[in-house]
Amino acid sequence: MSAYHQLSDLQRALKADELCCVDMVQAFLKRIRERPEINAFLEVYDEEAIERAAWLDAEHVAGRWYPLSGMVMALKDNIAYKGHRFSASSKILEGFESLFSATATQRLFDAGAIFIGRVNCDEFAMGSSNENSAFGPVLNPLDSQRVPGGSSGGSAAAVAAGFCHAALGSDTGGSIRQPSAYCGVVGLKPTYGRISRHGLIAFGSSFDQIGPITHSLEDAALLTEIMAGADDYDGTCSRRPASECRMPTEPKGNGRLKLVVLEDLEDSGGLDPQMFEAYQNLLVRLKAEGHQIITRSLPELKYSIPTYYILATAEASSNLSRYSGVHYGYRNPDATTLEETYKKSRTEAFGKEVRRRIMLGTFVLSEAYYDAYYSKGQKVRRLLRDKSYALLEGADALLLPTTTGAAFRFGEKSDDPLQMYKEDMFTVLANLNGFPAVSVPFALNRERLPLGIQLMGRPWEEGQLLRMAAILHPHRAVSTPLDA
Amino acid sequence: MNKSEEHPYELVVGLEVHTQLTTQSKAFSSDATEYGAAPNTQVSAISLGHPGTLPMLNRQVVDDAIRLGLALNCRIRERNEFARKNYFYADLPKGYQITQHTTPIATEGYMDLRQSDGQMFRLRITRIHMEEDAGKSMHDQDAYDSLIDLNRCGVPLLEIVTEPDIRSAAQAGQYLTELRRLLRYLEICDGNMEEGSMRCDANISVRRKGDVQLGTKVEVKNMNSIRHVQRAIEHEFVRQVAMIESRQAISSETRSFDAGRGNTFALRSKEQANDYRYFPEPDLQPVIVSEDWKTMIRANMPPLPADLLHDFTSRCGLNEYDAGVLTESREIALYYNNIITNTRHYKAAANWVMGPVKSWLNAHALSMKDFPLSAACMALLTELVEDGGISHTAAVQKLFPALVSQPSEDPAELANRMGLQQVQDPDELLRLAREVLQAWPDKVAAYRSGKKGMIGLFMGELMKKSGGKADPKMAAKLLEGLLDA
Repeated sequence: MSAYHQLSDLQRALKADELCCVDMVQAFLKRIRERPEINAFLEVYDEEAIERAAWLDAEHVAGRWYPLSGMVMALKDNIAYKGHRFSASSKILEGFESLFSATATQRLFDAGAIFIGRVNCDEFAMGSSNENSAFGPVLNPLDSQRVPGGSSGGSAAAVAAGFCHAALGSDTGGSIRQPSAYCGVVGLKPTYGRISRHGLIAFGSSFDQIGPITHSLEDAALLTEIMAGADDYDGTCSRRPASECRMPTEPKGNGRLKLVVLEDLEDSGGLDPQMFEAYQNLLVRLKAEGHQIITRSLPELKYSIPTYYILATAEASSNLSRYSGVHYGYRNPDATTLEETYKKSRTEAFGKEVRRRIMLGTFVLSEAYYDAYYSKGQKVRRLLRDKSYALLEGADALLLPTTTGAAFRFGEKSDDPLQMYKEDMFTVLANLNGFPAVSVPFALNRERLPLGIQLMGRPWEEGQLLRMAAILHPHRAVSTPLDA
Repeated sequence: MNKSEEHPYELVVGLEVHTQLTTQSKAFSSDATEYGAAPNTQVSAISLGHPGTLPMLNRQVVDDAIRLGLALNCRIRERNEFARKNYFYADLPKGYQITQHTTPIATEGYMDLRQSDGQMFRLRITRIHMEEDAGKSMHDQDAYDSLIDLNRCGVPLLEIVTEPDIRSAAQAGQYLTELRRLLRYLEICDGNMEEGSMRCDANISVRRKGDVQLGTKVEVKNMNSIRHVQRAIEHEFVRQVAMIESRQAISSETRSFDAGRGNTFALRSKEQANDYRYFPEPDLQPVIVSEDWKTMIRANMPPLPADLLHDFTSRCGLNEYDAGVLTESREIALYYNNIITNTRHYKAAANWVMGPVKSWLNAHALSMKDFPLSAACMALLTELVEDGGISHTAAVQKLFPALVSQPSEDPAELANRMGLQQVQDPDELLRLAREVLQAWPDKVAAYRSGKKGMIGLFMGELMKKSGGKADPKMAAKLLEGLLDA
């Protein structure tokens, strides 16, 4: 199988009869089997995927083509697929099968996508390294000593390892973009409300967005457009036209962009020296290519992590109340009273990080501390959103590293939750303000590990954003060695 | 008689009423809401709180809330947010209830009530808010397990909270009766307390007369009729006064009413109360109630009992009692209202409805909506009697039962066929009158010497001769004319 870049190329080859869906799925299945240690898949839909591929091949022979004809995808384990298990990588949803498909899943399926399996993630999408999965960590396919990032670690690893063409992830604080950066693939968090959350296991309801992890910006745009649009099952999903996600053929302003960079970047995170160097080189190159770099300041960025962890955990503490051991999923077999059922089932079946966040969220919502934490957090969130609009005033997008450096090693941050939370330093802003943001690989460090750069645009301008992001990796081919 | 009037203590009560709306589907899903369906059959993944499900607001719930808010003279809030009330219970699969916390849809309303002594009393309504019901837990159906029915889970509720303005059990009963009538008129709730579609909690305290500060309040639950609410209030008054008199502190607690014993018992103290960790529901966007929306609801508002009562007394000239009887139920009031659009004999129409119609319904154990005769037909019947076409007795005893079994018949035609029409021909009646007087010369003499009561005998004879069909008014006039000539 030749290097995959984007679906349109693949569809040309399919139409020219150079390959067929069944062969493609077989090849993916073979690769998945060859590298079980990556642990990206919680379940591989092998027979089902082959059947579906055969059906599509027949459709193609009959001249019926679908927008996603040929695309093989993996679903993050927190996105529903009717009649299939999903567990958010948690023991508490042991054996649970969904009665319905997520709107995103359904729309992709209707557009011809082949689902090859469901992929691992941090439990309830809480984590930045995939070390929080109840089913073991996912290894970074580029360096098995390192984390793939999280929480959509399985999704990014599966795409980077060539186990599928694209995957769905979900992004609450950076869970699509950070693993995409660590695995050297493209990850888009669309505008909040762009894609229905119906069928996405809620973590932080006012932050969560489903988004694609792909090899190319073109695929990201295509998948987003297919998933986008009003939904009768999600009142927070926007009615804006999905066509806004389509990449315009012509770049903005003769292709010369006005990009905002932050002057206080160093204070807020402390970039890894290699990242700093690569980032500076990028700025030099962009200027040389005629783009305008505007330096602005956002001192409030340092409040984004505490604000995010107050508000998202508050919502999570409520969202995760339904996993109680009573109606479905894991139930402690020895409990004799209702309270015991709750306590034992939840204590045993939730992992440490999930329990930590439930407690944190319960605390910030408690009557005595609500004003000090939750109310204040909401005010800061509004302030950050207002500041974000001001930041982009007269400019096209905000340019930020996705992370402070390349993928870290297993265990490096798992003992210190605050260190781990800082992984979200540059990504949470787009969740707090709801703006779309895309991470693309833009350089390799000296260990040949990918580095990700992030572009955050205005709400509802995904198409423009992805078009602009093309300047960040002008060589088209994404830097995954496996795929080259 | 208000007990507390001659009593050194004063009763202070505020009521919280939960009303289940009779919408076709649930508040936040399309699940059906029919009462009495087999357990756990009206549940989708949303009612079951499955992972990945989200609420979608049923706009009918907002319509109903606005309708009730306007009927209770409330201010309607423009920007309505929903909140989550978090607590763990087996009949609450999501672990939280969607409700309104700081932004109730309606506030600052009131209801005017006429007390038994005729005095008007204004009860202030603090707030009305929208929320969803929980499921039902049954702890006494099985020896080992509690059973959970989630059909009710997500059924829309309006909670109506009053100010602590109520000073007697009678006032509480009046308010609940009036509120239930209003809900039925608005067709938003069937008001059935036994089935739990209307539930009432009472916040009860006592204080010495003249005290400004309120006493410690006790919340009483589990009263499934208006009578029980009144009994619980009466019991609490006695209990709390006795405690104060014996220098015991009243603890702020939730109590349950025991209908069998007529008393209350403590469920939990307020200190043990849950911290519900309310916060804005992130899955629902705020609902904006525009002026247009309110105008539309106002325009489609059905006539309310107070409006009809006023109309029946002032325009139709009915007395308060009759108007009260007619407006007791929405169906009867609207039926009467329809009759009087077709006839101006208001009082006679009222007598028909309150008499023969209600008796027929009672005898057949049917409700107004099952009554076979149209309001137009009842108007024709009323007119037929009032215009002397047939006698009242014949109408009630013969024509009405016949019409009910042949509801499509025209009353006048049917009366004709049944031979019930009155003799109204003056020549014929005069002939009969002369015959009667000729047959009873001594009685005529008695009459003329002052025994005016003899007229009854002459009338009776005349009716006999006419086979009961003579128009009694005309006949009496003719007899008197002949006798007094």
